[in-house]
Amino acid sequence: MRLLIAFALVLGLAGLAYLAGRARGNRMVTAAGGRMGAVHSRPVYHGAYVAVLALAPALIVLAGWGIVGEGLIEGQVLGSLSAAERPAPGNDSEALLNEVRGLVNGDLPQAFNPLAPRLAPVYAAARSNGDLLAGALAVALLAMGGLWGWSRLRPDFRARNRVETQVRALLLVASVVAILTTFGIVLSLIFESIRFFQLVSPVEFLTGLQWSPQTAIRADQVGSTGAFGAVPLFWGTIFIGAIIAMAVAIPLGLMSAIYLTQYADPRVRKWLKPILELLAGVPTVVYGFFAALTIAPLVRSFAVALGMTNASSDSALAAGLVMGVMIIPFVSSMADDALAAVPRAMRDGSLAMGATPSETVKKVLVPAALPGIMGGVLLAVSRAIGETMIVVMAAGLAANLTANPFSSVTTVTTQIVALLTGDQEFDSAKTLSAFALGLVLFVMTLILNIYALAVVKRYREAYE
Amino acid sequence: MATLAAPAGPIAERQPTDWATPAMRSRIAARYRAERNFRRLGAAALVIAASFLAFLLFTIVRDGWTGFQRTETRIEVQFDAATLGVDPAAVAGPQGQALLARADYQALLLKAAEQLGPADDTLSDAAWMDLREALMDDPTLLGKRASLWVPVRSSIDLLAKGKYDLAAPAESRGVTDREVSDWRWLDGKGLLRTGFNTTFLFGADSTEPELAGIGGAALGSLLTLAVTIAIAFPLGVFSAVWLEEFAPKGRLADIIELSINNLAAVPSIIFGLLGLAFFLNFAGMPRSAPLVGGITLALMIMPVIVIASRVAIKAVPPSIRDAALGIGASPIQVVFHHVLPLALPGIMTGTIIGIARALGETAPLLLIGMRAFVTDVPQGFTAPATVLPMQVFLWSDDVQRGFVEKTSAAIMVLMLVLIAMNSLAIYLRNRFERRW
Repeated sequence: MRLLIAFALVLGLAGLAYLAGRARGNRMVTAAGGRMGAVHSRPVYHGAYVAVLALAPALIVLAGWGIVGEGLIEGQVLGSLSAAERPAPGNDSEALLNEVRGLVNGDLPQAFNPLAPRLAPVYAAARSNGDLLAGALAVALLAMGGLWGWSRLRPDFRARNRVETQVRALLLVASVVAILTTFGIVLSLIFESIRFFQLVSPVEFLTGLQWSPQTAIRADQVGSTGAFGAVPLFWGTIFIGAIIAMAVAIPLGLMSAIYLTQYADPRVRKWLKPILELLAGVPTVVYGFFAALTIAPLVRSFAVALGMTNASSDSALAAGLVMGVMIIPFVSSMADDALAAVPRAMRDGSLAMGATPSETVKKVLVPAALPGIMGGVLLAVSRAIGETMIVVMAAGLAANLTANPFSSVTTVTTQIVALLTGDQEFDSAKTLSAFALGLVLFVMTLILNIYALAVVKRYREAYE
Repeated sequence: MATLAAPAGPIAERQPTDWATPAMRSRIAARYRAERNFRRLGAAALVIAASFLAFLLFTIVRDGWTGFQRTETRIEVQFDAATLGVDPAAVAGPQGQALLARADYQALLLKAAEQLGPADDTLSDAAWMDLREALMDDPTLLGKRASLWVPVRSSIDLLAKGKYDLAAPAESRGVTDREVSDWRWLDGKGLLRTGFNTTFLFGADSTEPELAGIGGAALGSLLTLAVTIAIAFPLGVFSAVWLEEFAPKGRLADIIELSINNLAAVPSIIFGLLGLAFFLNFAGMPRSAPLVGGITLALMIMPVIVIASRVAIKAVPPSIRDAALGIGASPIQVVFHHVLPLALPGIMTGTIIGIARALGETAPLLLIGMRAFVTDVPQGFTAPATVLPMQVFLWSDDVQRGFVEKTSAAIMVLMLVLIAMNSLAIYLRNRFERRW
């Protein structure tokens, strides 16, 4: 909260700096007899220049304090304890610091840890000192930057060019965030995966057939030792996302696209297309709820009617069916694009030879558009295997290696969620395995995407 | 035509096809039949997709609309100062309200429940709050009798809404004989009524279905989205501007473009892993906080905004840039005075679609701990909070029968907001987008 106030204060002061710079610019124009051309830059640019010089260092200080401040304060608070009293780093320290924070903020009427009441004043003092220091530094830098900028303003000062250079730098920085995000994803996945692979061999992970990540946390605990063979997970992911879901989505999506582009009356199309797109806009958690509560019991009773006694209530079929429906609009719009890219002359030629529209579609359009459609299907597969909520809610947790759609399988995403919700111990193989699964998922979707996009691109170029 | 090329060898004379022969007729009929069937197949695909959507919406609305209602029963309350444990003289004093806020309403409620006879265990655990509210609104009630409508337990509520199959055997219908007889007794006496459930719209989560609300989650969504918009919108638009207008052709621009295209296809749960590993574990930011959720979702939807903004910026004709440059505007002025205002409708459309996606997203937030059980509205950007889709997920996991209608009702609210946002995007596109 205090940081927000500091930000508001700094922004307000920067506003003042802007007004001061602009006023000076205005005075220079007046001094030149009101002729705008006598001053290189317009007054607003003088104002903006001063404001930027004032704001930038102050913001950097405040943001820096916001990021590292808590850590510094915690170090100081823990450092005030004698070595014997100091709790072990990790959970114990964290719990103690949480109590101290609770006491200081008044959320916690009474602490459990006897150390907490003693540390509370230390924490409060460190916090207010630090906040004050950071605030003072920010304001001082703001004043210095503002004054220096203000002192540089002259009629021939090229304020506009400076401001524009700064704006360009800002645009570049904004663009670089995308690279940083990609790096952040890759680094965090690889970093945690390496820690996992120090505990479990990659070969076992990628080829093992047993998945039971429950490891004994205490030494005396009777439990499974943990097996990290992820093949059943990969199979479950492919079974639900690439086989069952695609068996629903490809025929329905492709036929919808063909009907909409080749047959439907424009008025009908105007209504049908948004309905189809609505399917893509439904949140996945809603599909998950629907799959778990409505479709899964239906599938189960169907299986029982077929004479299966061990039909699972979280079958692969229920999750796959609903996921397939979710993917329909995606496949349909990819197929739509691919069909539209086939040169009109080919379609017209076929029709002119006497082929019926369906013969044209089956023998000319679809074969010609096949690479584009296949690329779209691959993109759809990549989306399906990364889909989380439907499988978390409707697929099971049992890692079965089975091709029976009525039995329960588990997927990579389901396991990631199951492993990372609840108690986390960041040095256990159980928690770290989620990151290894994430890495596999990331690499798999990346390869699918790059390959599919290349296919689609080559296909488009073939007809251009 | 015949004169164009002399045939190399003798070709067989071919008679023109006689379309009237039975063979040709049946062949044509077969082809036309195939044509009709194919067309029907296409229509069937669309009908199947649409009916699935209709079935989904129908199920949600059928199960969910009763979630906006709650069943209440009438009790006569004697606001007895002794039972409440307050001193009537002090209540009139300046500390009166504070005193009333702390009084013992549970005891009062227990006493009042006795008049319900056999059905004295049917009131909601939080019914005492209604007594407190009534008394604090009107302190003169102290010592008087008043007739109040208070919520009943979830099981009675569901019985009144007809959610149980009473013909089923007792062990499988999910409700005890006692509850059924209590409900029959109350209903027979005309003590039940159905009212609009304001608790559901404005309250926060609870372990009791009749007290649970989506207000807390909705506010959490609002806080999270505020962070998301504040980060993703400027970043997305700025990087689109840079890529479209200023990026020199070269490796840097290629890498940025590749990153954005890849990020757009990365599964959302991977962003959750990033948030967990980087923001929570590395940077030490608070768990379950709208701040972290907002940043994570911002990184997720930024590519959507960049791609939409680039399309919108690209659609602004070059003649406008040339004209502005020609009368002496600098490249930055061209962009900020001319290109961006003209591209704004397209940018807004893309942004709203991105935000709608962020609003419906659950998976990444699951990993950064936004599945917290929060019984109060979130207190700020760094306090634990939950969001609407997460509330749906949490309730759908709950074994209590009463949460089924709450889940569906929450989905209805979520879907209404999403449909409103998407309609706004379509409206903006149709109303303001200019075509050159």
